[in-house]
Amino acid sequence: MSYTRYTTGEPVADTKAPSGPVHERWDRRRFEAKLVNPANRRKHTVIVVGTGLAGGSAGATLAEQGYRVVQFCFQDSPRRAHSVAAQGGINAAKNYRNDGDSVHRLFYDTVKGGDFRARESNVHRLAQISVEIIDQCVAQGVPFAREYGGLLDNRSFGGVQVSRTFYARGQTGQQLLLGAYQALSRQVAAGNIELHPRTEMLDLIVAGGRARGIVARDLVTGRIDTYFADAVVLATGGYGNVFYLSTNAMNSNATAVWRAHRRGAYFANPCFTQIHPTCIPRTGDHQSKLTLMSESLRNDGRIWVPRARGDERPPNEIPEEERDYYLERIYPSFGNLVPRDIASRAAKNVCDEGRGVGPGGQGVYLDFADAIRRMGREKVEEKYGNLFEMYERITAENPYEVPMRIYPAVHYTMGGLWVDYDLQTTVPGLFAVGEANFSDHGANRLGASALMQGLADGYFVLPATINDYLARNPHKDDVTAEHPAAREAVAATRERLERLLAVDGDRTPDSFHRELGELMWEFCGMARDEGGLLKALERIPQIREEFWRRIKVPGTGEQFNQSLEKANRIVDYLELAELMCLDALHRTESCGGHFREESRTPEGEAARKDDEFSYAAAWEFTGTGTAPTLHKEDLVFEYVHPTQRSYA
Amino acid sequence: MAVSGLIMLLYLVAHMIGNLKVFFGPGEFNAYGHWIRTVGEPFMHYSWTLWVIRVVLVAAVLAHATAAYQLSRRGGRARPARYVRKKRGSDYATRTMRWGGVILGLFIVWHILDLTTGHVHAGGFQEGRPYQNVVDSFSTWYGNVIYIVAMLALGLHIRHGFWSAAQTLGAGGRTRDRVLKTAANLLALLLTAGFVAVPVGVMTGVVS
Amino acid sequence: MRLTLRVWRQRDAADEGAMSTYQVDGISPDMSFLEMLDTLNEKLILEGEEPVAFDHDCREGICGACSLVIDGDAHGPERTTTCQLHMRSFRDGDVIDVEPWRAAAFPVIKDLVVDRSAFDRIIQAGGYITAPTGAAPEAHATPVPKPDADHAFEHAECIGCGACVAACPNGAAMLFTSAKVNHLNVLPQGAPERETRVLDMVGQMDAEGFGGCTLAGECATACPKGIPLSSITDMNREWLRATAKGARR
Repeated sequence: MSYTRYTTGEPVADTKAPSGPVHERWDRRRFEAKLVNPANRRKHTVIVVGTGLAGGSAGATLAEQGYRVVQFCFQDSPRRAHSVAAQGGINAAKNYRNDGDSVHRLFYDTVKGGDFRARESNVHRLAQISVEIIDQCVAQGVPFAREYGGLLDNRSFGGVQVSRTFYARGQTGQQLLLGAYQALSRQVAAGNIELHPRTEMLDLIVAGGRARGIVARDLVTGRIDTYFADAVVLATGGYGNVFYLSTNAMNSNATAVWRAHRRGAYFANPCFTQIHPTCIPRTGDHQSKLTLMSESLRNDGRIWVPRARGDERPPNEIPEEERDYYLERIYPSFGNLVPRDIASRAAKNVCDEGRGVGPGGQGVYLDFADAIRRMGREKVEEKYGNLFEMYERITAENPYEVPMRIYPAVHYTMGGLWVDYDLQTTVPGLFAVGEANFSDHGANRLGASALMQGLADGYFVLPATINDYLARNPHKDDVTAEHPAAREAVAATRERLERLLAVDGDRTPDSFHRELGELMWEFCGMARDEGGLLKALERIPQIREEFWRRIKVPGTGEQFNQSLEKANRIVDYLELAELMCLDALHRTESCGGHFREESRTPEGEAARKDDEFSYAAAWEFTGTGTAPTLHKEDLVFEYVHPTQRSYA
Repeated sequence: MAVSGLIMLLYLVAHMIGNLKVFFGPGEFNAYGHWIRTVGEPFMHYSWTLWVIRVVLVAAVLAHATAAYQLSRRGGRARPARYVRKKRGSDYATRTMRWGGVILGLFIVWHILDLTTGHVHAGGFQEGRPYQNVVDSFSTWYGNVIYIVAMLALGLHIRHGFWSAAQTLGAGGRTRDRVLKTAANLLALLLTAGFVAVPVGVMTGVVS
Repeated sequence: MRLTLRVWRQRDAADEGAMSTYQVDGISPDMSFLEMLDTLNEKLILEGEEPVAFDHDCREGICGACSLVIDGDAHGPERTTTCQLHMRSFRDGDVIDVEPWRAAAFPVIKDLVVDRSAFDRIIQAGGYITAPTGAAPEAHATPVPKPDADHAFEHAECIGCGACVAACPNGAAMLFTSAKVNHLNVLPQGAPERETRVLDMVGQMDAEGFGGCTLAGECATACPKGIPLSSITDMNREWLRATAKGARR
């Protein structure tokens, strides 16, 4: 069964967002939210799935507040969640540089950077909290870069003109994650968190209209168990791995959010995916993942391609006048620092013109020759040494001598579970934090904002808002493994896994994943059009059908079985991919990371259609292969007025 | 390990200096042998000081050996399944600490039986005439072989041991590492050379 | 490239395990080592065999999941993580041995996958700074001299992969433990818990059944993040200091 149409349901409204001046809303919400008496908190159990920046910080903070936390991660240790790989930095409106930054400017930049598809209230809250995050992390011992005076160093990042990014060399995500992991570990030792590593959530248990627990599989023994709580928090990251090749970790997956979606949580803006401009190009069909290099490289590196098509001379032999520094040419005021979506698309355009470099013409140069001349090799090494090393290790080319080759790759998903101001999904008691929610980034996320949002959600927002829900829903012991909802969820999970094992076909899980990924990259990647999306929507159900006929999963379900884990995740990608294409098809405007060929300005830039599409698209699941229902949340802009983004 | 090792090391330095007196003839060497027993008098009774040193040394040897045994047992327990193939990344001195230690232990027993008690001494052992005893010992090929091999083992043992003891006691550090490594090498070389000089002296006839 | 792989296969913790030999063909020098194993696994699945289980995730050298002893070296012949090792480091026709980390404190779960939760428990014993959310002072309230900040960072880079334990002839976890002790103890924020941290973490490390340190130095040679051996010395000093201070109290 395939679909290309959908029905439109009632609009979805964010009933939790307070009114009033935008800078007072967060205070007001915190004051209006009901509190749980500290003595009663330990009676409440909260399940947190995921231990990345959002999940780790949420689990630690909820446990500190006195709740009983049961936390899960599929990795062998919470410290390995993929937040660890974030390189560049974390934004905060500290204005330590006295360069005109403020909470309001960060708010403004984020709304504008997101191409006016995010909620003002949420984004302003994020900007306010950003300053507290830095304080919190420094107190935990996160070793941010410092200047000789002992104060924190800052740098600027793509899409903004102030220096507000805090960083720890090229490993900011790692250091922030270890901070959260250590806070989490302290609570595990204190007995406030029951930690389940190597355990993967496979379904959500909704009883009496509320999220009350999860079904999870112990990845070592294969045992399927139920866990119950008063509220469930999903901090399971994004769904970039739908594309097979992405900068996500190999095991990052969409199963938790997709299972929640199937249980009633709306999925918002699934087509808003971010393609990161500075990744290392692929080398062949064996490629299993793509490696990102921090966007900070664009601060000093210059991007160019040869002026002439099919110029196959080595880069150092192409004279200056025969090079096209296309970003500097097209966007003179931002130059190489334009937002990610613009930089990525520009790279695609020059490659489509046949001016790409490297194998298959799928790459552009990122050249540090000028920077080395200007700052000296030593300074460049100090700033980017680890990135250069990583590049050389992967490509066997020395970027101090030969320009790097880069190409865009799927990196981040702005879409996710729809949440209200309290971060609660449309399933009462189910919360989503970090990249798992449809978040604060609109249609495009600015660099160094993912870490900010993950930690804002986990350390500050959720711990304040979940109180309100728990206070209004006193603890009950009514849902156990014997509850019909729990039995049904467990039975469905078992049935799915048994079916995967029983097919015994002739294709591996990876072969299906790769096929789906290539299809998505071609038709739902950097640029989309109606024809392509229709093709994808026709093809995905066919792949799904073939999957269930030909999949081969060796081994049993009662053991450590990585093929089974993989195959089970692909089941969900095969449904999510379809929704992404439908969402991309329905949104006939271009905005942020979503570029529709049909909707561009006379200059060829993305053209938004605010009259028609100034809303978040929240999709309701109606069944596999059946048309979902669209619920629109209208976006209101009182402070930052939508304009066509201009970085020229 | 570190503390007992350093105590023994200190003793070895003194021992080596004492040994070198053999090159100044029987008079000075025998007088030195006598002095060890009378040092500290009149506060100490005859040979009390020597016995104090002996007790401390025995305690150090026992502590060192016990700690080594425990460390090795603990290492074995920590890796019950061995690698099918394992490359070794440490140097020869480090890898031979355990066997080197055992060799040195056995050597000490032989050395005492040879030159202190005289039980395995070649030729007639003469109490109070150490010079002659030393010359006798190193006049046999096996006496020389045992002694020289043991001293080479000692050098290797000290090379890693001294540096390692410094690390255990927290005395190392990145800036001091070169100094410590050089000191360890010098110490090892000096002690080995100093001790080996005696049998070489006897063999070449400088000492007779 | 055509290669012969001898891979440790072990059904589960109870199984004895043994090396199995496989041939792989058509390997490109640009492949990562794990992509080469992916190729083997695709073949095994289609032949109806169970693929070789190994831990991996980010494949960019930062998560610390991958953990193979290759030809007797933790993470293989280059100083990096297994996922960042490329096949250009090998030659056509090579015979490559692949084994799991071997340590009593890291029991094998399956094939090349081991349980490293002992590391988590060492961190839980004291590898943190007590700073409840919301209680933090302004970030610039306490300047940190740049050399101290750099020193902390250098040790904070540890990815917890366990190569130090795998490489150590004694199966010791000193480098892992000392990296975290040094990261936190050098910072002013970590000072109030300086003594309890080192004592508790070392206590937990011993309780987990890791071996004792003989300063063989193989840990630092194997460490993909270049945590220096002096880290252990620095921890020894912290430990002696804390013990002396504890005795005075």
